[in-house]
Amino acid sequence: MKRYFHKELEEIRSKLILIGEKANEAGCLAVEGFIQSDLEKTLNALQLDDEIDDIEVEIDRDSVRYITLRSPVSSDVRLIFVAIKASNDLERAGDEAHSIAKHTRNILTRQGKVPDTVEIEEMGRLAFAMLRDALTSFLDEDLALARGIIERDKEVDRLNKANFKRLSNGVSGENGETSTQIETIFISKSIERIADHAKNLAEEVIYLLTGK
Amino acid sequence: MAPPKDTEKKQDARDVIEVRDFNFAYGNAQALFDVNMDIKDKEVTAFIGPSGCGKSTFLRCFNRMNDLIDIARITGGSVKINGIDIYGKEIDVIELRKHIGMVFQKSNPFPKSIYDNIAYGLRIQGIKKKNVLDDVVEECLRGAALWDEVKDRLHESALGMSGGQQQRLCIARALAVKPQILLMDEPCSALDPIATAKVEELIHSLKRDYTIVIVTHNMQQAARVSDRTAFFYLGKLIEYDVTDTIFMNPNNEQTEAYVSGRFG
Repeated sequence: MKRYFHKELEEIRSKLILIGEKANEAGCLAVEGFIQSDLEKTLNALQLDDEIDDIEVEIDRDSVRYITLRSPVSSDVRLIFVAIKASNDLERAGDEAHSIAKHTRNILTRQGKVPDTVEIEEMGRLAFAMLRDALTSFLDEDLALARGIIERDKEVDRLNKANFKRLSNGVSGENGETSTQIETIFISKSIERIADHAKNLAEEVIYLLTGK
Repeated sequence: MAPPKDTEKKQDARDVIEVRDFNFAYGNAQALFDVNMDIKDKEVTAFIGPSGCGKSTFLRCFNRMNDLIDIARITGGSVKINGIDIYGKEIDVIELRKHIGMVFQKSNPFPKSIYDNIAYGLRIQGIKKKNVLDDVVEECLRGAALWDEVKDRLHESALGMSGGQQQRLCIARALAVKPQILLMDEPCSALDPIATAKVEELIHSLKRDYTIVIVTHNMQQAARVSDRTAFFYLGKLIEYDVTDTIFMNPNNEQTEAYVSGRFG
């Protein structure tokens, strides 16, 4: 029997998808801003952060209310538990997008153009594909898709390490270049963290679907 | 935390029942102390509290059911419904009870057919026309989410129905005389979880048209079905607020202890 309050669960699901879409949008804008030396995209990415934070607060509030008033059990409890954890992962992915955009803004303010984009474009492509697929696996309850995401994190980790090695070797130039290289390391690390959050989200979807 | 949207919308709802400084006793034993409460139109209000706290006594004051107990007496205060003091000298108690339906803990269908259970109140009012009665019976059974289950056996005994169906029949019977307020005294305590869920769904749908006051020992039920909740203890109204507040962040320590199961 479908109860009248089950629509509140659907609203929590919808908000989780919304925060995922916003985090993905912020991350894509931030990385494109970096790759294309595009200040407008960078600033647009920065603006999304507050919106993402607000949705996370709403999901937490709605989840606590649902647990308190609706006595959920079984898969309903798992959905609430996943909503709280996943919204936190997605909010932190949004924070990383914010961090990427801030570093890009610093570089563009200092040098007008990003001098060396290293493997950031490829990392971004992989990380945001993971994030989108993790969201799709949640939306479609696609266990196979969620499981496949876990392994894909390794390639992003590898690229981040390669970036760090290459950029840290080059930290010896003039002040401006050094700062840019360090900030690019931070950007690379942020994308790597976004991929981690996408992996976490996939693990949470697996838990939602299997209870394990 | 912000209150839920449902409650926000109802902040301006009209007060149907207004209780002021209400005191009530059984003989020399004071049962209710200085209760003040406003109950809003077309909302579900739940009364919770341990046994003997006075919640059922208070509920039964709204349709003067306590008049039937010899030693029961009001020792102060007033209860107004639609602005009229229901304990005023000019009040016709029978007329009052037509406006305030009541459903009890144990379902109590008459030993008659399903149809006659619903039509009973109308026949007493002098309504005899079959087509009118047919329409009301169908409307009430639909309103109580029972029509599809019984439409092919309307003239069979109500006593052959399941417990959950009997309770919904009693709700349908209460609806037949078109009350404004429905009082429910632990309506699900004798029902299994499926029948309980059906009655809760029914309560949720009925609040579109009726003001409902429900006494329940089941705190999860109060949390699920009500817009506002009142916590009683030892005859006193300890806290009364929107249900979200009572269960998520009550202001009173005794309420917190009771709803979190740390009481006693």
